[in-house]
Amino acid sequence: MKMTAAKALLQCLKEQGIDVVFGYPGGSILPVYDALCDFPEIRHVLVRHEQGAVHAADGYARVTGKVGVCMATSGPGATNLVTGIANAYMDSVPLVVITGQVATTMVGTDAFQEVDITGITIPVTKHNYLVKNANEIPLAVKRAFHIASTGRPGPVLIDLPKNVLQEEITYTNPTDLKLLGYRPTYKGHRSQILNARDLIMKAKRPLIYAGGGVVSSDGAKSLKKLAETISAPVVTTLMGIGSFPGDHRLALGMVGLHGTKYANKAVTECDLLIALGVRFDDRVAVDFKSFAPNAKIIHVDIDPAEIGKNVRVNVPLVGNVSTVIESILENLNNKQEDEWLELIEEWKAAYPLRYEAGVELKPQFVIETIRELTNGEAILVTDVGQNQMWAAQYYKAKGPRTFISSGGLGTMGFGFPAAIGAKIGSPEKDVILITGDGGFQMNMQEFGTAMEQGLSIKIIIINNSSLGMVRQLQKFYCDGRYSAISFHKNPDFVKFAGVYDALGLRVREPGELRGALEQALSTDGPVIVDCIISEEENVFPMVLSGRPLNEPIEG
Amino acid sequence: MRHILAVLVENNPGVLTRVAGLFSRRGYNIDSLSVGRTEHPNVSRMTIVVEGDDLVLEQVTKQLHKLVDVIKINDITSEEYVDRELVLVKVGADPAVRGEIIQIVDIFRARIVDIGQRTLIIECTGDEGKISAVIESLKPFGIKELVRTGKIAMLRGHKFTSLNEFKEEE
Ligand SMILES: Cc1ncc(C[n+]2csc(CCOP(=O)(O)OP(=O)(O)O)c2C)c(N)n1
Repeated sequence: MKMTAAKALLQCLKEQGIDVVFGYPGGSILPVYDALCDFPEIRHVLVRHEQGAVHAADGYARVTGKVGVCMATSGPGATNLVTGIANAYMDSVPLVVITGQVATTMVGTDAFQEVDITGITIPVTKHNYLVKNANEIPLAVKRAFHIASTGRPGPVLIDLPKNVLQEEITYTNPTDLKLLGYRPTYKGHRSQILNARDLIMKAKRPLIYAGGGVVSSDGAKSLKKLAETISAPVVTTLMGIGSFPGDHRLALGMVGLHGTKYANKAVTECDLLIALGVRFDDRVAVDFKSFAPNAKIIHVDIDPAEIGKNVRVNVPLVGNVSTVIESILENLNNKQEDEWLELIEEWKAAYPLRYEAGVELKPQFVIETIRELTNGEAILVTDVGQNQMWAAQYYKAKGPRTFISSGGLGTMGFGFPAAIGAKIGSPEKDVILITGDGGFQMNMQEFGTAMEQGLSIKIIIINNSSLGMVRQLQKFYCDGRYSAISFHKNPDFVKFAGVYDALGLRVREPGELRGALEQALSTDGPVIVDCIISEEENVFPMVLSGRPLNEPIEG
Repeated sequence: MRHILAVLVENNPGVLTRVAGLFSRRGYNIDSLSVGRTEHPNVSRMTIVVEGDDLVLEQVTKQLHKLVDVIKINDITSEEYVDRELVLVKVGADPAVRGEIIQIVDIFRARIVDIGQRTLIIECTGDEGKISAVIESLKPFGIKELVRTGKIAMLRGHKFTSLNEFKEEE
């Protein structure tokens, strides 16, 4: 079939099952936008800033498990994507990012709106392509989707010069990917699986440490089976929230810097750590040498480079986390270590998450009330900062892909556009954004996008009129010398919603909260609930730098 | 410890940037890197000499493997291998000292490949030790210019780092 390369590109997307693309047009990518007119089956979501497009594609991918697609023009369009690409890379989210490029005849001449976006994104993509031969577009697109979605998922960028997009080609669907150096391992090594089983049966204090790999391998069911079979308590990373039901009797919540004290104690005192789809990140392990000091470690991950990177492990298991858990479960006998479970229960009772409920509106209370009103059935998207940590601690997400947060990069401004992508990916679910007043202002221009697309996103601003998390750092590490953390002029967020003819509500007292949330949840379209809290509020527990993981300050 | 990695890569644009960038980004030290085509037109071979303990090497290898363009990696350090480097040295060579230089060239089985009015260019191949020795011996005459290729290496006997063997494995 003869067609322009731009059309071939969209044909390829269609064949990959893509029906929504987030983007922003411009000169170099004009041929693709022109071709879009002939593809009504592909919904194009026009954002207000390219960063919004890439975070939206990211949020979409996280809730659906499918590859998210976004596109932008060359130069500034492409560079505006970079933060979002890096964000997806750090959290292993499958994206295909399409950028226009200046004509091949102009590449390398500092032409108008030329940047070397493949060069710029090498460190933050799983792979990228600059396609100079129009006939190679179908193969490049097919490879991009394959690479993005298999193995350890990640973003792949395809850079397409304008003249290449305009060429006529004969479209054929490539069958052979011809990727000599790319072959992920999915099945765990047999003898290591036996070793893992052996350690599990011998353990007196087994603990599961679950991360984003459980979610992305669709392994939540397998994880639950494993935990219940061996009665092992489960701690999760931020990325692992939802991989195990937050209200399960074996759930210990989040581990790490702002993890529950009982999760951190469990890590320190366990004799077997079953690490599933995690990477012993410094926000969790805090100090690599003293992490899980008494434990043998089984580490399951699809990425061999993660195994042994930060901590030494006893049983390395490279493979798809879900597949490997199922293999371990074969012939695994039930077991239960009562003493260990009793100890855990003691810790849970002695060191619960807590805050002082009083006359003031408390952020923790906001999250708890949302959990109660939605019965944990909503998709909770967070921004970055204190708001994110309170959400992580108190939402107790029930299932995978219902807690969406920027983990590895900690990107402020991620939340709102990601919520847009999440709502488009999962329209039947309530999508609730928890954001700070700082982070919301980084991408609040996307309110127009949400209105235009008719998206019922409930935006809960935890408004402390300051950069709360930085304030907290300055309180503890800079002797309270506060520097550049107060917003003396925030917009009136209720009025801001009004400018778009949307509903905005303000909550100042605990008594007003429930009503406002109920009204927000039952209103169509985007709603802002501006929750005014004290700027003095801190996130606890908190492991101070240089202190042991199991001795956080509790406020 | 120094390790010699034989790395097969797909001959795509940017592959050298990807590999070199990975080393600098992750803070690994490259002693030398040489790259060229192989018996397969689409495949290049890099010989990378890298400094680091076993843990570092494990990470280097694993991270390299994550590059889609990297096909195969062999750490040949502890195997039997042949390694060579090529150096070109331009030395000051007034007629009075030429005889002496020619003697040195003979001893090292090097070659004179250019004669100028006041300079000679000497070509020498060999393992690292020999190259260093040649350079040391030529220093007294005044080294005006020096260029060396970096190490290339190959396993001895019936062991391979090549695409052929890679295909047989499957
Ligand atoms: C893009 C970006 N810039 C800066 C930071 C550093 N940072 C981390 S948390 C934080 C404060 C966030 O303030 P706000 O959005 O109001 O949320 P809060 O912590 O008050 O809940 C800052 C500045 C970041 N994570 N991301």
